[in-house]
Amino acid sequence: MPFKRYVEIGRVALVNYGKDYGTLVVIVDVVDQNRALVDAPDMVRGQMNFKRLSLTDIKIDIPRLPKKKSLIAAMEAADVKNKWENSSWGRKLIVQKRRAALNDFDRFKVMLARIKRGGAIQQELAKLKKQDASRGLMS
Amino acid sequence: MAAKKASLTSRNPELIRGIRKYSRSKMYHKRGIWAIKAKHGGVFPRHEPKAAPPKPAEKPPKFYPADDVKTPIPNHRKHKPTKLRPSITPGTVLILLAGRFMGKRVVFLKQLPSGLLLVTGPFKINGVPLRRVNQAYVIGTSTKIDISGVDVEKFDDKYFTKEKKKKTKKSEGEFFDTEKEATKALPQEKKDDQKTVDAQLIKAIEAVPDLKAYLGARFSLRAGMKPHELVF
Repeated sequence: MPFKRYVEIGRVALVNYGKDYGTLVVIVDVVDQNRALVDAPDMVRGQMNFKRLSLTDIKIDIPRLPKKKSLIAAMEAADVKNKWENSSWGRKLIVQKRRAALNDFDRFKVMLARIKRGGAIQQELAKLKKQDASRGLMS
Repeated sequence: MAAKKASLTSRNPELIRGIRKYSRSKMYHKRGIWAIKAKHGGVFPRHEPKAAPPKPAEKPPKFYPADDVKTPIPNHRKHKPTKLRPSITPGTVLILLAGRFMGKRVVFLKQLPSGLLLVTGPFKINGVPLRRVNQAYVIGTSTKIDISGVDVEKFDDKYFTKEKKKKTKKSEGEFFDTEKEATKALPQEKKDDQKTVDAQLIKAIEAVPDLKAYLGARFSLRAGMKPHELVF
């Protein structure tokens, strides 16, 4: 299988270890075989080991080492935030964060909602089964 | 006499711990002791000590004990109620962690002078009466109920202490009759107190959807729940 996500200037990556865990960053230059220079709108540009980065599908069009303003403009133009939040990976992370922040009462309400949903599904299933059974007798 | 200054700061600032800026002679000058002396003819004014009231003549004691009696050192310490965790405020829903009502979700009313927390189910919702509970056996959740309409002034530790049993002499026959000891029924007054406190609370609880069912259910850990990662 060929690789699809390459380390290149403009590749958006997710930090998976360390102080900036969970933030989206843009690879702005490659330092050497192991490290990249990485930048984000609310972060001081710095080096990061590739092992700390998980590459995403998103790539933006920037020259090597853009100024902060042009980086932010390029990210707006490519709509990185929305693309990320609508991707399945991004949506999963948002759901994880929301679930982790639920308080005890919220967890109780979620449980009630799941039971309700399950009940509705079972009702529909029972209806379909009945239809199927009656059709089976006819045929 | 001139009125005392509002702040009595020293004229000798501390440069580093233990070392001040001005020497003794400089401070003598700064404080103006020379001026006070000059006003009083070269002598620093001294006030005569106030005449103390004459002490009555002490009679020698009639009795000297044979051995030295040790007097206990007086202890004037007064206990303060335990410091309340900041997450626990009046109206917080608490989860009881131990005892007969383990896992029940309960409403916190106030902290009693002994430090214990006064708590109620409400009784109609989950069977927990007005009860005292130790802060250590409780998780404070972030769910709060408005208890401004509830009057809890009359409850204190004395309300909850057990009545002292009067020791009646048992005859031989009655000694093995342990069932004869009367089980005390709850006095009507306490039942009424419970009802009045709960009436206000239940109104506030029914205003929030699902809160009544929440308080009626017990808390338990399920698979995958990590208490140190849960947000309460």
